[in-house]
Amino acid sequence: MNRHQGNADRGQPVSGGPAASGRRNFLAEFAAMVCGGLAFLAPVGAGVWMFLDPLRRRGAAAAFLPVTELSGIPDDGVPRQFPVVADRVDAWTGFAAEPIGAVYLCRQKGSQTVEALSATCPHAGCFVEIDKAEKCFRCPCHNSRFTIDGGIVAPSPSPRAMDGLECQVGKNGAVAVKWQNFYTGIAEKVARP
Amino acid sequence: MSTSHPDKPKPGLLGQLADFFDDRTGYRALVHEALYERVPGGARWRYVWGSTLVFAFLTQVITGLVLWSSYSASAQTAWESVYYIQHEMTGGWLLRGIHHVMAQAMVVLLALHLMQVVIDGAYRAPREVNFWLGLVLMMLVLGMALTGYLLPWDQKGYWATRVATNLAGLVPLVGPSLQQLVVGGPDYGHHTLTRFFALHAGFLPATLVIMLVVHLSLFRKHGLHAKQPITKPDAMFWPDQVLKDAVAMLAVMAVVLGVILMPALRAMLDGRPIVPGELGAELGAPADPSQPYAAARPEWYFLFLFQFLKVFEGWGATGEFFGAIVVPGLTMAVMFLMPILGRWNLGHRFNVAFTLAILGGAGLLTALALNEDYCARWIDPATFADVRELHEKTEGDPAKIAAALGNDPGKIADFKKRHRKWDAYRHSQAFLDAAVQAKVDAERSIELAGRPEKIPPAGALELVRNDALSQGPKLFAQHCASCHAHVDPAAAGASALLAKASAANLFEFGKAAWMRGLLDPKQVAGPAYFGNTAHKEGDMVNFVTNDLTDRDTWKPADIEAVIAAMAAEAGFADTQAPPDLIEKGRTLIADGERCGGCHKFGDNDMELGSAPDITGWGSKEWLVGILTDPTHERFYGDSNDRMPSFGKADEGAMPLLTSQQIGLIADWLRGEWYRPAAAAH
Repeated sequence: MNRHQGNADRGQPVSGGPAASGRRNFLAEFAAMVCGGLAFLAPVGAGVWMFLDPLRRRGAAAAFLPVTELSGIPDDGVPRQFPVVADRVDAWTGFAAEPIGAVYLCRQKGSQTVEALSATCPHAGCFVEIDKAEKCFRCPCHNSRFTIDGGIVAPSPSPRAMDGLECQVGKNGAVAVKWQNFYTGIAEKVARP
Repeated sequence: MSTSHPDKPKPGLLGQLADFFDDRTGYRALVHEALYERVPGGARWRYVWGSTLVFAFLTQVITGLVLWSSYSASAQTAWESVYYIQHEMTGGWLLRGIHHVMAQAMVVLLALHLMQVVIDGAYRAPREVNFWLGLVLMMLVLGMALTGYLLPWDQKGYWATRVATNLAGLVPLVGPSLQQLVVGGPDYGHHTLTRFFALHAGFLPATLVIMLVVHLSLFRKHGLHAKQPITKPDAMFWPDQVLKDAVAMLAVMAVVLGVILMPALRAMLDGRPIVPGELGAELGAPADPSQPYAAARPEWYFLFLFQFLKVFEGWGATGEFFGAIVVPGLTMAVMFLMPILGRWNLGHRFNVAFTLAILGGAGLLTALALNEDYCARWIDPATFADVRELHEKTEGDPAKIAAALGNDPGKIADFKKRHRKWDAYRHSQAFLDAAVQAKVDAERSIELAGRPEKIPPAGALELVRNDALSQGPKLFAQHCASCHAHVDPAAAGASALLAKASAANLFEFGKAAWMRGLLDPKQVAGPAYFGNTAHKEGDMVNFVTNDLTDRDTWKPADIEAVIAAMAAEAGFADTQAPPDLIEKGRTLIADGERCGGCHKFGDNDMELGSAPDITGWGSKEWLVGILTDPTHERFYGDSNDRMPSFGKADEGAMPLLTSQQIGLIADWLRGEWYRPAAAAH
């Protein structure tokens, strides 16, 4: 052990030593913590700053999107599923005319107006399917059931009825739906920003 | 420690080197400390669980790092790179299989380790902190399992993760922000993958390593918590306990490899070829936000949580919050309190009972979930035939059902009970059907990705969306099947389907067999052709039943020639047919005294408007034309019966189908889609 002594064994007095004043010790400790803290502040701060970026991202503003023509929806009171197509941006990729979701459209006998329901389950966001035999809607994930006009069938895991969407029928028969996403799992229908 | 001990001979070169490093690092003492830990009461099998967990984690690190070197986290490359690992890279299936199965083994080992620690009371002072660290480690492992599920970006992982992240949104106050941070924006995409990957391979394992180091050093500091009573003499960790640990690790690895290779063994015994890409972890169809996935289920060890949400049926939003946040949160809180509760004997008993109840409850919920999904496999639907009949007859109207049952309360209650069971059966059947469809979609995606042209830069989803075999049936079901059938007339149950249809059966449209049926007087006015349409008593039916049966003008050989020529128009010419048959048929069709009396064909004298132009009948171009606009004078003009003009729209309006979708339907009807070379031979 004679040739490879550690620093602590060198026998030189530690700077200040036990005689140093408490105030000087405090200052050194404080300065060490401030300097060290500041040095780490930059990477941690920059990291958190960038990590929180998604919070300021917003989805596309709710807008009326053309979905189909009135003649494409048989007037038999049975909802039919239609894809909602729109331009979509995923971070750095831009998609032109991509299916971004689906709606159920329903027209009563002889009616010129259309009822629209979002196909997204208000429970946990799965894709609600139509059950032709039972004439109802059914979610394949947690068995939420809805009546054919989107009302809740008790008992249901879903806290609310299916989300209705605003629907316009243009003069030329074009059917447009105001496409929106809503928060799932809560009793109120609240649109996502 | 000293190199110059007077009694010892001078060590060899290797010894000198070892001495050199030991002098400077003191590694011998470290190794000694690591290996020569005293095991009170000797080595025992019950102490191996912790070591197998460390082994499992190291396996995940090794396989994970190599997977990382071939994985690419983005919405257009994640599925594609995992496909490449699984199906094209040498040994990729094995590596990914080990990573996938070991993750599941780790969850099982965690449960065993936890159970053993609680039952043995090993959380008691002074080991409380280490118990808490263990719980944190458990949550980290579960977090890695959850984040790993998404990374292949297939339908299964995508939809399961949507549910999981939507539940995160229920956390009070910060829920929506938390969800948006995890998802990486308002919608699922690139940043969901990059974030999940950073969590899965960076944040979580780094935290885990730090926690594990502290966990292990605390374990060493306190020593092994020996199971009382001690009957045998103490032993050393090395080699006695290490041997048992190593045997246990080997057993875990053997089980993992067994799970991966079992299907290969089965294939071998059945004499089927072994496809390595199908072993180990499965890969579903690429994630498609617009395509529902009814078979969405979490990994089996999270099934109990999935099922737990159903327990709160009817509770509304409170139930959701309760099932997803409150109960799991309280359970974890109780577990963190265990070392405190365990100070009293009664508390310890409570802890043991609580742990067993949680594990038992989880097991029960898992069994319930599996039963709900798979019960159709062992329930005979015939037992519900009467329930189904009554339900259909009364259209589910409770008043009508009660009347049909003679308003007998006993019978009504029994009907309701059995109706619920029938409902459960149908639910399960829907899940099983969805699972089969998911498998078909997955296999097709993999087949498409394996084309010699490879995957386009826009990703595998584009391949699937442009695939007639994948999209044709869906588009047909949505837009055509409300009138048209598409069923092999020889198949079982075909006649019922044909009777329901209100337009022609389009199965093998364009082929000689279809044309032969049309020109058959017995069939032309039947349900497979014009029977259920406005043309039931039209000119064509009249022609086939009257003119075509006149054997003086139409010899059977003439009709066969017309059939051959029409199939040739569609591009399905019989290559075995005599060369002049098709020519003969063409002449007959164009003849103004025969088909050409109504139909335009090639450059015959017929004007457009009286009947569809049958030049190129059944070809893709012809099909696209009639799907786009059957009211065009080239097709049915004013006499079009109900068929929508799918590709035509007024100024400013949107057509029902895009030209790409119409092309897909045409290709599908014609049976034209990519087939791998091996299958084509």
